[in-house]
Amino acid sequence: MTAGTLTLIGDQTGGDRLGLAAAGSWTAEYAQVLESRLEAATRADPRVKNVAIDAAAIDRLDSFGAWLLERALRTLQSQGRQARLVGLREDYRGLFDKVHAGTQRLTPEPPRQNRIIATLESVGMTMVTVGDDFVRLAEMAGWLIAALKRVAMRPLTFRLTSMVNHLERVGWRAVPIILLITVLIGAILAQQGIFHFRKFGADIYVVDMVGVLVLREIGVLIVCIMVAGRSGSAYTAELGAMKMREEIDALRTMGRDPVEVLILPRIVALIIAVPILTFFGAMAALYGGGFVSWLYGGIAPEVFLSRLREAISVETFEVGMIKAPFMALVIGMVACVEGLQVEGSAESLGERTTNSVVKSIFLVIVLDGIFAMFFASIGM
Amino acid sequence: MAQTAAEPVIRVKDVVVDLKANRILNGVTLDVFRGEILGFVGASGAGKSVLTRTIIGLLPKQAGRIEVFGIDVDELEGSDHRTIERRWGILFQQGALFSSLTAGQNVEFPMIEYLDLSPRLITEMAITKLEMVGLKPDVYRKYPSELSGGMIKRVALARSLALDPEVVFLDEPTSGLDPISAHEFDELILTLQRTSGMAVFMVTHDLDSLYTTCDRIAVLSEGKIIEVGTMDVMLASEQPWLKAYFHGARAQSDRQVAAKHLQRS
Repeated sequence: MTAGTLTLIGDQTGGDRLGLAAAGSWTAEYAQVLESRLEAATRADPRVKNVAIDAAAIDRLDSFGAWLLERALRTLQSQGRQARLVGLREDYRGLFDKVHAGTQRLTPEPPRQNRIIATLESVGMTMVTVGDDFVRLAEMAGWLIAALKRVAMRPLTFRLTSMVNHLERVGWRAVPIILLITVLIGAILAQQGIFHFRKFGADIYVVDMVGVLVLREIGVLIVCIMVAGRSGSAYTAELGAMKMREEIDALRTMGRDPVEVLILPRIVALIIAVPILTFFGAMAALYGGGFVSWLYGGIAPEVFLSRLREAISVETFEVGMIKAPFMALVIGMVACVEGLQVEGSAESLGERTTNSVVKSIFLVIVLDGIFAMFFASIGM
Repeated sequence: MAQTAAEPVIRVKDVVVDLKANRILNGVTLDVFRGEILGFVGASGAGKSVLTRTIIGLLPKQAGRIEVFGIDVDELEGSDHRTIERRWGILFQQGALFSSLTAGQNVEFPMIEYLDLSPRLITEMAITKLEMVGLKPDVYRKYPSELSGGMIKRVALARSLALDPEVVFLDEPTSGLDPISAHEFDELILTLQRTSGMAVFMVTHDLDSLYTTCDRIAVLSEGKIIEVGTMDVMLASEQPWLKAYFHGARAQSDRQVAAKHLQRS
């Protein structure tokens, strides 16, 4: 395979004619060199009025080469010169004609906006989408209530099998990882507490701290963050993929409400699973805290337990547990709202899944703050 | 590109492929020659796509030999694969466009990966390719989700032709298209094949496509190629499955249509 070349033929200085000879392989491999050669040729002396490109010696031509020739001819013609291609082999004629027929007429892109305005606009758009998110959440809550009402009227229509399946996935299979993480969190809390409280000789208060913190706040928060990352993302991705493949539309055309069939069982499963996981998580965290207090702080298990009995009440435990189902509802709703917003592309699926996790963790923490204010005001 | 017609670009010899303990292909032997359009037919689930995917290296084979451009694919290592992959184009059944890229970027993708060209030339080539497959240049900026099924197939064809391949594999190019679009697509493949001299390996169920475009037809049944030849050979065959396929009710009406078509033109 010989490299594609373009040479000037005949010295026509002063004349108004210019001859160019193309030879060799005019293919994609040599397109870069050929492009610059042709560009140089189109910058010929303005007195040149007539350009002929002799293509007889081209022994390989592909669409890249053909387009380069065509582009050179177009440029020359737009400069007000006569330009033509001569001697092209017959078997390449079809290809050249195909390329020649192209218009390349692309509507120009809209002009770029001023950067400051664009930034302001994007901030504004973000705020609007935040507002939209709340509207969508409210809408989802409405759909859920409507679906619940329908199910309450005819309890047999509830998708029990689906719910149990989801319960296994978001509840039962999450137990090991939740236990592991909460044991570690309890252990770290106790270790840090002992380390700092020891300076004041207040080691024993670590039991109060671990007990109250774990049962009221940390247990439920850690579990919810894990569930949002583990199950919320899965919900979004599943629903999103179904949306992409028109499964949700198919369901709707068969007269089934996607909220009733897909979303309600998922959210009910979460509402059942999260309190259970929170209970297990809190117990595991206390166990981890007690273990570290014994090994690291020298607080014997009996002492830890009797101190714990004094430090916490059933109320402390209730505060944590009451929050769990509400947080589950928020995680489930955010995950489903995001899932239903997935559009055609893989990118959109990824973006929605990320959004689902970020928003549900954010809302869980906001909700926790609201609960903290509420419990403080009713004295719990 | 106008080399001797008898030179095979793809040689498949005694290829055996198992999928999950099921023997799908059991000794398939097939040649695809330079510059021909080979139609590849067979019952649904007979393994047409499996053979295509095996040739292009997406599925492992248990036995046999596959030569592409005279090179045994088993002997290829690392970067040699790229040189072969650069010389073929593949049109997947659903188009398989990258959904996060625009149509234009999809067509540009192989060019950017394999060639060292100026951005301007790449854009122009992408538009040229899109126009070659009969699309308007404005499709360049559209995302696959904004395109109709027929347009997606065309963009996918433009992408498979991006590097002027010597062979293109088309997996059911006309499935899911209306008869007019399907006919246009056949014509398109025919003109592109004539202008560039590439070989086309076309898996299809569309009898019209077989009549209008294919030089030769290969039939896969029960893991083997049972017949290869021109349309006349297919029609003359006594093989029961072939008789049912080419002389069935649909085939009859199709042939009447084709005959009328010929009379008119």
